Amino acid sequence: MRLYAAVAAGSFRRYATYRVATAAGVFTNTVFGFILAHTYMALWDERPRLGGYDLSQAVTYVWLCQALLMTCAMMGGGFEDELVERIRTGDIAIDLHRPADLQLWWLAGDLGRAAFHLLGRGAVPLLLGALAFDLALPASPLPWLAFLVSVALGITVGFALRYLAALSAFWLMDGAGVLHFTWLAGMFFSGMLLPLTLFPGALGELARMLPWSSLLQIPVDVLLGKRTGWALVHAYAFQLGWAATLLGAGRLLQSAATRRVVVQGG
Amino acid sequence: MRTLRTGLRVYGLIATMWMRSTMTYRASFAMTALANLAATSFDFAVILLMFTHVDTLAGYRLPEIALLYGAAATAFGLADLTMGSMDRLGRRVRDGTLDTLLVRPAPVLAQVAADRFALRRLGRITQGLLVLGYALVTLDIAWTPLKAAMVAMMPLSGAVIFAALFVAGAAFQFIAQDAAEVQNSFTYGGNTLLQYPPTVFAKDLVRGVTFVVPLAFVNWLPALHVLGQPYPLDLPRWLAFTPPLVAALCCALAGAAWRAGLRTYRSTGS
Repeated sequence: MRLYAAVAAGSFRRYATYRVATAAGVFTNTVFGFILAHTYMALWDERPRLGGYDLSQAVTYVWLCQALLMTCAMMGGGFEDELVERIRTGDIAIDLHRPADLQLWWLAGDLGRAAFHLLGRGAVPLLLGALAFDLALPASPLPWLAFLVSVALGITVGFALRYLAALSAFWLMDGAGVLHFTWLAGMFFSGMLLPLTLFPGALGELARMLPWSSLLQIPVDVLLGKRTGWALVHAYAFQLGWAATLLGAGRLLQSAATRRVVVQGG
Repeated sequence: MRTLRTGLRVYGLIATMWMRSTMTYRASFAMTALANLAATSFDFAVILLMFTHVDTLAGYRLPEIALLYGAAATAFGLADLTMGSMDRLGRRVRDGTLDTLLVRPAPVLAQVAADRFALRRLGRITQGLLVLGYALVTLDIAWTPLKAAMVAMMPLSGAVIFAALFVAGAAFQFIAQDAAEVQNSFTYGGNTLLQYPPTVFAKDLVRGVTFVVPLAFVNWLPALHVLGQPYPLDLPRWLAFTPPLVAALCCALAGAAWRAGLRTYRSTGS
């Protein structure tokens, strides 16, 4: 346990080192927040209370999306590029020799990265959005605490999905293709493009059942007070269920992969 | 002119090399090309989803927004395909590999731009043209030869404006190195902005992308003229015909910035 805590702390520090890159990312997330906030305002002006949100909540949705985009690595930017590269070059053999579980090692690293991205890249755009727009942010600490728990679960689900995709490199050698499709699903089904409640009919139901809704839609609804009491318990159960299922699948695939691995070069 | 010809030849050679390299892994190429097509189509999917709930957005109907979207996406796609690799310059400055390019007898700009040339980026151009085609067949426009010429002009001069932005962003990276992502605000952010009509945005933002970073000339000003829609900020109608001039001006400014950046470059040593 101390080992994984050390890996997480090291990962946090590693990403925290790139201060200028972080500031650049904050700037870009803020610009996108402004652009998308205006498109949402235009849409909600046409149809007030669309998707179950009022105008203030809709704009809040946009800024929370910018805050969580890097945190949950919905468009990539996590560990997966590095893992795929290690598999391709054969360096994965070094990792497999370590007296540490491969999946937990990368999970610890990703949690450390996510913690930094939440604090370093998520908080500032949200603050700037709150200064420029009338956001529906809760005043009491309890919704924030519930939100953070949901975000942590979302990060875990996001990790599990990308870990599965990264392991495909054991078979395909160049894992870029599978990773790109994972990022696609992350963009579309997380609610990053539009709230999933705006997806019509069966598409909406499908999107809300798939694991990617754990990354953004559910945490945002928790913070906006749309999931309280038993609905909150149900939300956590949904996220935990997907996390357990996907981590389990990752473990199975990891076993199959390490049995199959033939390290190239040397 | 001889430098330009050399630059284009170098660009062609490097791009060809990367295309052959990409084709070594055909499955991954097919997947990433499809992923690029799908990812860039998501922006229009959002617009379609919005229009399952409304008939107009800020006074514009779906085919009108499709015209704006198609022109912007195609222009940006062309720039991204040809110059999109410029955003990786910061990494080369930081790790010193720019020095390798500098000692070669070839224009540095051509080498940087062609580096990791990615054919998968055809996906964005393809879907942009498809949306543009949809807009043109569904819109009811009183066509004139001039309007038709303007529709053809939009992706081309728009691509030049975006390409100039990529070059200016690269010049910025000589100074900022790790801050490469700032330029995404103007390139990808600009593309997102131009998918919607100017009536969606605050006046200050519209002013900024007209007079500071002239993204409005990519598609807003020509398209609004074709559609017969009112201009923002009480701008004169004749600006609809100025995108090629603005594109040329952007190229000159970006070129000057690039040369200044290159001149100030100092290696990290090794």
